[in-house]
Amino acid sequence: MLRRALLSPPVLISLIVVVVASTLPLYVSGYVLGLLTIAYYFGVFSMAWDLLFGFANEVNFGPSFLIGLGAYTAGILDSLYQPPIALCVAAGVIAAMIGGLVLALPALRVRGPYFGLTTLVAVLILQNFVVVAASLTGGEIGLTVPDVISIDDKVNYWIALGFMAVSGAILYGLSRSPVGLILEASGQDPVQAGALGFNVVKHKLAAFLVSAFFSGLAGALMAFYLGAASVGTFIDVTVGVQVIIGAVIGGRRTILGAALGAVFLVALGETLRPLGDLATFIVSAVALFVVLFFPAGLLGMVKGVREAT
Amino acid sequence: MSARAPKLEVEGLQKRFGGLTAVRDVSFSIQAGEILGLIGPNGSGKSTVMKSILGVERPDAGSVRVDGREVAGWPPHRIARLGVGMVFQHSRPLYRQTVIENIILGLLPDRLMHLLPLAATDARARAIAERVGLAGVLNRRPSTLPFADLRKMEIAKAIARDPQVVLIDEPFAGLTARETASFAALIAEMRADGRAVLIVDHNVKSISALVDRIYAMHVGERIAEGTVEEVMANPTVRKVYLGGALETAARPETAFGDAQTPFLEIDNLNVVYGKAQALENVSLHVHQGEFVAIVGLNGAGKTTLFNAVSGLVPYAGDIRRQGRTLRGRTAATIARDGVVQSPEGRELFGAMTVSENLDMGGHRLPDNVRAERREWLFDLFPVLKERRSQTAATLSGGEQQMLTIARALMMKPDLLILDEPTLGLAPVIMEQISKALARLRQSTEMTVLLGEQNVTFALPHADRVYVLEHGRIAWEGDPSRFAAEAGARYL
Repeated sequence: MLRRALLSPPVLISLIVVVVASTLPLYVSGYVLGLLTIAYYFGVFSMAWDLLFGFANEVNFGPSFLIGLGAYTAGILDSLYQPPIALCVAAGVIAAMIGGLVLALPALRVRGPYFGLTTLVAVLILQNFVVVAASLTGGEIGLTVPDVISIDDKVNYWIALGFMAVSGAILYGLSRSPVGLILEASGQDPVQAGALGFNVVKHKLAAFLVSAFFSGLAGALMAFYLGAASVGTFIDVTVGVQVIIGAVIGGRRTILGAALGAVFLVALGETLRPLGDLATFIVSAVALFVVLFFPAGLLGMVKGVREAT
Repeated sequence: MSARAPKLEVEGLQKRFGGLTAVRDVSFSIQAGEILGLIGPNGSGKSTVMKSILGVERPDAGSVRVDGREVAGWPPHRIARLGVGMVFQHSRPLYRQTVIENIILGLLPDRLMHLLPLAATDARARAIAERVGLAGVLNRRPSTLPFADLRKMEIAKAIARDPQVVLIDEPFAGLTARETASFAALIAEMRADGRAVLIVDHNVKSISALVDRIYAMHVGERIAEGTVEEVMANPTVRKVYLGGALETAARPETAFGDAQTPFLEIDNLNVVYGKAQALENVSLHVHQGEFVAIVGLNGAGKTTLFNAVSGLVPYAGDIRRQGRTLRGRTAATIARDGVVQSPEGRELFGAMTVSENLDMGGHRLPDNVRAERREWLFDLFPVLKERRSQTAATLSGGEQQMLTIARALMMKPDLLILDEPTLGLAPVIMEQISKALARLRQSTEMTVLLGEQNVTFALPHADRVYVLEHGRIAWEGDPSRFAAEAGARYL
C-alpha cells in the first residue's frame, strides 16, 4: 500500500516538477521568482485546507483565520522584541494550533452550514481585532515586520519551494497512511467509523491541529518573506476564498492537487493583471467553470481520464 | 465469566425522544453461538434498541452488558472495541479505495501515530475477504461492485475485529433469493464461530430459517418472545401484523364505470437505484373513485411506486392517467393536474403556520374557493382549526400527519396518494385519520391510493389490495380474502 503510493504517478510527477522548479532561479526574472514564492505559500495553505475538507469532511470557511494567527503572532512578536526568527515562527505556529482547537470545538457540536458560519465569523472577529488593536497590530495600515529571513530572491524562492515540497510530502503521506484512511472514513460516515472502533472526535481534532500547524507555519514564513503583514494579504475573507478555490479546482481529496490549484490561481491572476479588474472576473469565471463542470478538480480530471481508459 | 453467561444482555432498556417513549422496558440476552431476531413494524423501536446497544443513542434507563460489562452510555468506539460489530444496512464505504483497503480499515488500531501499514494487517484482510467470498474483487473499487458484494464487504468490515457480538440491520433487504442464501450462510457461520448475533428486521418470515429465537416489539414494547413458531402463533403478533377481525367494506370492481380505461394504469414498471432493483415489472390499475391499498413492508417499494407516479423518479414501463401517458411530464404538472401525494416524510413547511401550509397547497385556487376548501378541511380535521396559527414544526406527529393530508387535499386532487399516513402514530390518532378517510370515501368522488404496512388500518378502507414484496406485486385481491391468502407471507 505504502510503496505503491510512493511510486504512484502523482508522486513521481510532483518530484519531477519540484526538481525542475528548483532550477528556475537560474533563468527566470526576480519578478517571476517573487510571484512563485507567494504562490508556493498559498499552495501550502490550500493543501492544509484540503486535509480538513477532503478528508475530515469539515468545510472550513476560515483558513485565513489560522493563516492570520500564524502571520500576525510571528510578526507582532518580532516587531516588539526581535527574538530569533525561529522563535517568532514557533509562536505563530502555536497560536494557529490554538486557533485550530478553537475552530474545532464548534465543529464537534454543530454540523454543515452552521459550522461553516462559525468559521466565517472567526475570520471577521480576527479581522476586527487587528483593526481595533491598531497600536499592536498596525491596524488597517498593516504591520511592519522588521526582520526578514533573507533579502535574496533566490534564497527566498528556494525556501518557499522546499517548504511546500516538504509540507506536501508530509500531508500527502499522512492522507495515504492508515490514519488518513481512518480520517477519511470518519469524515464520510462518522457513525460507521465509530462502530468500527474509531474515536471520531480524536481523529478530527488531530486533523484540525495538523491543518492549523501547516497554515500557521506557512503564514508566519510568508510574513517574514514579505517583511509585512496586513489584513488584505493574510486575513481578509477573499484570501480564504482564494485558498479554498485553489484546493477545489486542484481537486478535492488529492492534497497535491490543492498545491497545483493554488499556484495556478496565483499565476493566472498575475498573468491577467494587465487586464485590471477584468482579471479578477476571469479568474472567478475559470474557478466557477471548474467547480460546476469538473467538481473533481484538475487532478481529478486527469485521474478520471486514466480510470476510464 | 462462565461459559454460559450471555455475550449480550439488555435489561430494562428505556429511551425517550422528547415526549415520545421510543423504547420501554426491553430486556433480552444472547448467548455465544446464538442468533436472536429482533422484529417489529416501523416505529416499533427496534432500531432505537440497536442504536442503544451500539452507543449511537444513549439510553435513558436500563443496562446494556457486553460480556458482563456495563456499556450503557459509552461512546460507540469504546463499545466497538469491547467486541460489538455492526453490519449497517446503508453505509458509505470509501469509494476511492479498493475493497481490500476498505477491509483493512476495519482492522486498523485507533491510534494517531499509526502511519505505516503492516504486512500482517494486509494478510488478515485478505483472509477475511476470502472467507466472505470477495477474493476475486479485492482490487476493485466499491462503486464497480454488485450490490450483494457491497453487503459482503460490510460483513467483512464488521467481523474484522473479531467481535463477540454482531448486530445486523435488515440483512436481506435488496438481495435476490440466491444472494439471500449465500448471505444467510455467512450469518450462520458467525453463529458457528461462537458469536452472539442480533438480527433486526421487520417481519419473522424473512429471517425465520436463520434465527434461534425471536423477540417481537410493537410501539416500543415487547409483545412476544420465543421460537419462530411460538411468535408466529402469538395472538398479539398476529393482531399487530394482520389485524384482528376486520370489517371490510369493499365495493366490487364492476361497480366502477371505467373498466375499459381505468383512471390510473401502471404497466411493467421498473425502477433501479444504482444497483438495487426497487421495482420489478409492477402492473396495477386504479378505477375512478376507487380506494386501493398497496400493502408492503418497509423497503418493499411503495414509496418508489408513488414517486414514479408523481414523476419524481425515472422509470421504465408506462404509467397512464385516463389513457394518457404521464411519461415526460414534470412532477409539477402531474401534481397540478390532480395527482397529489401526501408524502411519507410529511415535508411540511415547518416555520409556516397551519393556515399558511394549507394556503401553499391551495395557492392556485381563487380566494373564495380556497377559503371554502379550508373550512371543509377544518371540519374534516377539527384539531387543525385550533392549531391554525401555530407553526407546523410545533405540532405533534399526528397533527402534522393530518396537516400533510389536508395540504394535499387543498390541491383538489383527483387521485390522492397517501404514503404511510399512520407511520409512528398513536392508535387514537390513527382512529381519527381513519374516520377522515371513511368520510372522504363516502362523501367525495376522489380516487385514493393508500400505501401502508399497517394492514389493520388499510384494509377497512380498501376496495382492492395489492401486496408489494421485494419490488414485485405478490398478491392482488379483495380485502376480505387477504388474511386467508396473503396473511402468512406478511407475518
